[in-house]
Amino acid sequence: MTFYALLVAPFVEYGFMRRALVACLALGIGSGPIGVLLMLRRMSLVGDAMSHAILPGAAVGFLVAGLSLPAMGIGGMVAGLAVALLSGLVSRTTILREDASFASFYLASLALGVLIVSLRGSNIDLLHVLFGTILAIDDEALYLIASITSGTAIVLALVYRPLVVECFDPGFLRSVGGRGSLYHLLFLFLVVANLVAAFQALGTLMAVGLMMLPASVARLWATTLPAMMAVAAGVAVLSGFIGLVTSFHVSLASGPAIVLTASLFYFASLLVGRGGLAHRMISRPRFVG
Amino acid sequence: MSRGSISVSQLSVAYDHHAALRGIDGCFEAGSMTAVVGPNGAGKSTLIKALVGILRPASGRIMRQDIVAKDVAYLPQAAEIDRTFPISVGDTVMLGAWRHTGAFGAATRNVATRTEEALAAVGLEGVGRRHIGSLSAGQFQRVLFARLLLQDAPVIILDEPFTAIDNRTTQDLLDLIRRWHGERRTIIAVLHDFDQVRANFPRALLLAREQIAWGPTEEAMSAANLLRARAMAERWEDEANMLGRRAVA
Repeated sequence: MTFYALLVAPFVEYGFMRRALVACLALGIGSGPIGVLLMLRRMSLVGDAMSHAILPGAAVGFLVAGLSLPAMGIGGMVAGLAVALLSGLVSRTTILREDASFASFYLASLALGVLIVSLRGSNIDLLHVLFGTILAIDDEALYLIASITSGTAIVLALVYRPLVVECFDPGFLRSVGGRGSLYHLLFLFLVVANLVAAFQALGTLMAVGLMMLPASVARLWATTLPAMMAVAAGVAVLSGFIGLVTSFHVSLASGPAIVLTASLFYFASLLVGRGGLAHRMISRPRFVG
Repeated sequence: MSRGSISVSQLSVAYDHHAALRGIDGCFEAGSMTAVVGPNGAGKSTLIKALVGILRPASGRIMRQDIVAKDVAYLPQAAEIDRTFPISVGDTVMLGAWRHTGAFGAATRNVATRTEEALAAVGLEGVGRRHIGSLSAGQFQRVLFARLLLQDAPVIILDEPFTAIDNRTTQDLLDLIRRWHGERRTIIAVLHDFDQVRANFPRALLLAREQIAWGPTEEAMSAANLLRARAMAERWEDEANMLGRRAVA
């Protein structure tokens, strides 16, 4: 098999492969940097919880308009934001910490979402909602994904400084009169928007795949924040490409193939990355006597 | 620059409806240099956070004279900053120019020059491009002092600036604080080392969840006052132990 037939031909010959690739490209550019910021805020699991929280909203969209991606997207957006705000509220007004309330909310919304989808849909529909349909992305969905991720890149560029300071030294930001909670909310909004975009491709259960795995990889290689964001975006895009090609030639489910590729990057980086195992073993100081 | 007094009247601050501090009454005069001392849990950081505006008073008032909130430069406790965060030394110091750059403005060449000067002033020439994670605790504290230099504020509030910091760095940074005092800035610092306070700080505020004494250091930190503060601390520690035992049983 030639290089061309292996890596290029699938995308030249099939429109659905092209659209899937463009979707991965767009998702990587939006989700990669967002994932890095989530990780630095020690909110990795919150991202996971929020991706589940999108489900009931998407399910209501499905109930109203069938498998229409914009309707499910809007529903998911509303539900995701509601859960993000509610768990913040619960943790401020009760003794439950934010992670505990996120866990409770996301279990409830996952169950509710599955219930609503199965009211009207078949098991196939349920599979689509849970695991995504990256090979069935149409132009409409592609525009939605591309708009969300382009918007994310622009907003991130605009609020980069306060966002970074709010994460690094929140006390300082408050002391100079910066409105930290405003940027925190804006950031949560970006997280939900990107999860909605990824939901179209990877489903509610794996939407964080292109967010958190590339971020962890980036943390193991890069030392500065811009470099981390670039590495994360690159790993996400590359995972999408390799996953799609592999799933095409070996006839695997493409969503899981993409997320597994990102996982392989992660495990490889754990072993040989700058902050990884091999590096630590070699550079650890040895004590004699 | 002798402006910027902060006076408090009948100030109380609470966490979850439990008073952490109550009945604080007095004034940090413009150009004064005050150490805030007291046993662990006495409410020292609570007072600082209220002065800076991070905590809201439960009752009472904080009045700033001739200054706005932005004229107060604040150094948080070291533990409140994530030193593994991927940011460079230069960028950290440059945040001190927030009043000029704001959240969105450009960092001009002037800011970059002042950043280098500030780093040189704390004895860290040429490390601007290094990652903060590669610095020792003492070096990182020097970086935060460089940021304070850039802030150039009439009021400087420091929360435990010398905890877990090596001796040499402590001496250098104390010199810097004395220089600020000489420039008639108002300085408020939470400190643990009583000898250090007696040697360097003209005024002291002794806390034990309330105001034990506030005035010239020798008077405020008299043996009788310190004894009283310790007795009060023992009482609330006993209470906490009792509550703990009851919760277990």
